[in-house]
Amino acid sequence: MRVTGRRRGRAAVAAAATSLMVAGPLVLPAQAQDETVLRVALVQEIDHLNPFTASFASSTMIGRMTWEFLTLPSAEDTSPTGGVAESWQASEDGLTWTFAIREGMTWSDGEPVTAEDAAFTFNRIMDDPKAAEANGSYVTNFASVTAPDERTLVIETKEPQSSMTALDVPIVPEHVWSGVEDMSASRTDEVDIVGVGDGPFLITEFRRNELVRLKANPDYWRGRAQIDELQFVSFKNPAAAVNALRNGEVDFVNRLTPVQFDALKGDPNIQTNQAVGRRYRDLLINHGARNLDRQPIGDGHPALEDIRVRRAIAMAIQPRELVDKVSGGYAQVGGGVVPAIFEKYHWEPGEQGRYGFDPAAAEALLDEAGYRMGPDGVRVGPGGKPLELRLLGRSSEDYAQRAAEYVSSWLGDVGIRVNPNLVSDNEVNELSSGGEYDLAFSGWGTSPDPDYVLSLHTCANLPVASGSSSSPALFCDDEYDRLYQQQRAELDPDKRAGIVHRAQQRYYEQIPSVVLQYDNALEAYRSDKFAEFPKQPAGTGQIMEQSGYWGFYGATPAEPATGDGGGDDGGGIGTGGWIAIGGGVLVVLVVGGVALSRRGKSVEDRE
Amino acid sequence: MESNEPEQRDPDEPRGGTGTARFVARKLGGALTSLVLVVLLGFLLFRMIPGDPVATMTRERPTSPEQLAQLRERMGLDKPMFQQLLDYLAGLLRGDLGTSYVFNRPVAAMIGERVWPTILLVGTATVLAVLLGLWLGVRAAWRRNSMFDRVNTGLALTFWSTPQFWLGMMLLIATQGAFPSRGMRSPDAPSGFFMASLDVAHHLVLPCVTLLVVVYAQYMLVMRSSLLEEMHSEYLTTARAKGLRDDLVRRRHAVPNALLPTITLIFLQFGMVVSGTVTVEKVFSWPGLGLLTYDALWGPDLPLLQGVFVILAGSVVLMNLLAELLYRVLDPRVRAS
Repeated sequence: MRVTGRRRGRAAVAAAATSLMVAGPLVLPAQAQDETVLRVALVQEIDHLNPFTASFASSTMIGRMTWEFLTLPSAEDTSPTGGVAESWQASEDGLTWTFAIREGMTWSDGEPVTAEDAAFTFNRIMDDPKAAEANGSYVTNFASVTAPDERTLVIETKEPQSSMTALDVPIVPEHVWSGVEDMSASRTDEVDIVGVGDGPFLITEFRRNELVRLKANPDYWRGRAQIDELQFVSFKNPAAAVNALRNGEVDFVNRLTPVQFDALKGDPNIQTNQAVGRRYRDLLINHGARNLDRQPIGDGHPALEDIRVRRAIAMAIQPRELVDKVSGGYAQVGGGVVPAIFEKYHWEPGEQGRYGFDPAAAEALLDEAGYRMGPDGVRVGPGGKPLELRLLGRSSEDYAQRAAEYVSSWLGDVGIRVNPNLVSDNEVNELSSGGEYDLAFSGWGTSPDPDYVLSLHTCANLPVASGSSSSPALFCDDEYDRLYQQQRAELDPDKRAGIVHRAQQRYYEQIPSVVLQYDNALEAYRSDKFAEFPKQPAGTGQIMEQSGYWGFYGATPAEPATGDGGGDDGGGIGTGGWIAIGGGVLVVLVVGGVALSRRGKSVEDRE
Repeated sequence: MESNEPEQRDPDEPRGGTGTARFVARKLGGALTSLVLVVLLGFLLFRMIPGDPVATMTRERPTSPEQLAQLRERMGLDKPMFQQLLDYLAGLLRGDLGTSYVFNRPVAAMIGERVWPTILLVGTATVLAVLLGLWLGVRAAWRRNSMFDRVNTGLALTFWSTPQFWLGMMLLIATQGAFPSRGMRSPDAPSGFFMASLDVAHHLVLPCVTLLVVVYAQYMLVMRSSLLEEMHSEYLTTARAKGLRDDLVRRRHAVPNALLPTITLIFLQFGMVVSGTVTVEKVFSWPGLGLLTYDALWGPDLPLLQGVFVILAGSVVLMNLLAELLYRVLDPRVRAS
C-alpha cells in the first residue's frame, strides 16, 4: 500500500515536470509581439497617479505624459510653447491672462477638450484644499478663473505674474473629475479615473510598487507616438536597474552615478547620455539664521555673520576640484542659483567678480575680521572663541562624504577647523531648517521658470515658528526681495531676464551659500532597441525627467537588426529563464528520485 | 506549581489538563503584555526620529504655507502628542492602523497586500533552508571530523557571515540575466494560473537563494551539535546491538530526539526572518513587508512605520508563543517539569 502510494507520487512529480518543460516553449510565440515597448526603470516610488495629489518626481512625470498642460516648455530651449492653449495674451496691467484653447482636441473617451475643463481644474485647486495638495502654489496669486466660452479661458491674478506660461498643472477632464468628491480617496489613483487623458500616452494599468503601463494615445493632437507602449518598472535598487539594462530587461535607466555611467560606456548595445542638469549643489553658510518673525534661531557660529568671513570661506575652497575629483567631471562649476541649462536666466559672475581660489586673500580677510591665527593653527575670534565650524551633510550621499574631506582640508589651511557631521537625510532637513549648523551641503532642483528657485531665497520663505518651511539657505535680504518682486511682475522676458540676473548677483555677493556646481544628469538606454530620444534642451539636455514629455513621446525605435529574431523582446520568461527553470526541475527530480529510492530501500531492509 | 495536577483527566481534554490550560493562559498573557508594550514603544520611538514629515514630503516642491497647514491637519500633526496617541490607540482597537502620510491609503490595506509576497519568500526560503540545514547537519554530525563535516561547517559559517546585500548583487551579476532583476512578476506576466505561478517562481529564485544561503547555516549547526550530543546515548548502542543498519539507527532513533532544539529555532527564526528581509527585498525590489519598511522609514511615514513595526514585532511575539507551546507538546520532559 505504502509503496504504491510512493510510486504514484513519484509518477506525479515526473509528469508535472515533463509537462512543465514541454509547456514552456509553447507559450513563447504567444508572447512575442510586434509592438514597440519602451521599458523605463523607475527607482523612485509612485505616491499617487491622481494629478491633484501626486507630488513625487516620478508621479508628476507620468502625469505630464497623460494630461496636457495649458502651455509647456519647449524641447528646444524650454521657452513656453502651446499645449491645451494655442495662444495667450496678457492685459496691459498684467492682471488678466486670456488663453485661446486649441480646437479639435479630445479626451480619450471621445469628449472634446474645452476651456471649461481648464477652468474646472484651476477652480477645484483654488476651492478644495485637498485638491491643492500638489499644485496649490501655482494658484496662490489667482483671483478668478473663468471660461466665457468653450475656446476661451480667462485668469485674473491679484498681482502681475510673469510665470503664467509655466503653470505646471495637468488639465483634467471635468466630466470625469467633477464626480470625485474626496480628492484624497484612493480610487482616484485607479485606471477608471486616471485612464482618461489627452496627452501622448494613456495610463492603462497600475500595479503599485511594480508597474505603470501606458499606451500611445492614437488621437493625440501632435500625432501618435512612434512607440506603442511605455512601461515604468519599479526598481528599489539602482544597481539592479543597471544590471537589468545590461541584460535587456529594461531599455532606459536614469539617475546613474558616475561610476555606473562609466561602466556602461563600453557596452556596444548601450548609449549613454551626459546631460546638463537642473540641480544646483551648494555649501550653505549659516549667516545668522532667523525665522519668519526675524527672531534668531539655531546655533550657528557668530563669526559667519561677518561677510568677510563668508567671503574668506568662498575664496579658500575650489569648486573646480570638487567637480573633477568628487563628481568625476560630471558637473559644471556653479555661478548663480539658476543652472546653466536655462541659458536665458542663468547668471555667472564675471572674472573680476568671481571669488577665485586665493588662500592668501582669504587669510588677509580673516585677519581683518579679527580672527588671528592661534598657536595650534586654528584662528581665534575677538571673544577668544576658536573658529571651529561644523559641516553638515547627508551620510547617504557619496558626494557629501568625499567633498567634506576636501572642504575641511582647504579651510583648515587658512585656519578654520571644520568638523564634518554626516547624518541621516531627515536629520539634515531638521537641522538645516532650524538653523542648527555652521556649514552644510545642500542642493535644489529647479524648473525652467526661475520664479520658484528665486522665491526660495526670499524672506517669505524663512521658517515659521511652529514648523519648518522649505527654505534652503535661510536668506532674507531686502534688496534681493525687491528684485524678486520686480522680476515676478515683469512680463517682458528680456527685461525680466536682466532682473533675474541681478537678483542672483545680489545672492552671490551676500554669500548665504556658495553654489558649487550643477550636476550632470546621467542616463543610459538600449541603443539596439531605440535609435533616438529628443533631449531638452536640444543637443545637451536630458531625456527623462524633462519639463514636458518630449523625451519619451519622441522616442524612435531602432531599425530591427538583421539576423536577430528578437524573440525575447516581448518580455515574459526569457530563454535563459526557461533553461534555469529546466535546470531547477532537473535538480528537484534528481534529488527527489534519489531520496525516494533510498527510502524504498530502507523500507525493504526493515521488512 | 503544576505538581498538584489531578489524577483524573477529562477524556476530551488533551494531555496536561488544567495544567496545560494554565500554562497556555500564562504564555498568552505574556504575549499580550509584550504586544501592548510594542504598540506604546512604537508610538514613542518613531516620534523621536528627527525630521518633520511635512517638510520632508514637500521638500524641493513649490509649497504655499496654506498647503503646509493643510497637510499638517490631514496628518493630525497639529494635535498634541497625547491626543495623537489616544487617536492611534482608538484606531488600533477598531483594527485601523491609520492612514499613510505619503500614500494617503489605509496602512492596514498596504500591509495586507505586502504580507503575502513576504510569506511566500520567507516561507519558501525557510522550508528549503530547514531541509538543507537538517540534512547537512545530520550528515556532518554522523561523520564528524570527516572532510564532509569540515567543509560543510566551514561553508556554513562563511555563508552565515556573508552580507546579504553583497551576496544578492553578486548573484544578480553572476547569473547574467537568467533570472529577473526585480519584483515578483514580469511586466508582461503570462496569463493563466500555471504560467503566472511559473513566472513568480522564476522571480523567486534569486531572492530565495540569497536568503536561503544565509539562513540555512544555523539550522545545520544546531542540528549538528544536538545530534552530536545524542550520539553518545546508550539507546543508540542498544539499537546498534539489535543489528540495525547504521543509517536506520540514525534516522529512526538519533535524529528524532535531536530535532527538538531545531524545531524551536525554526519558529523563533521565522519571526526574525520576516523582519530580516528588508535587505533581500531591497536588492531584488521584492514587493513585501521589508520593502514597505524601507519606504516607511524614508518618509518618515509615521503611521506606516508604526503599522509595520506592530505587525513585525507582533509576528515575533506570536512565533515565540507558538515555539513555547509547541515545545511543551513535543518534549515530554518539559510537560513533566
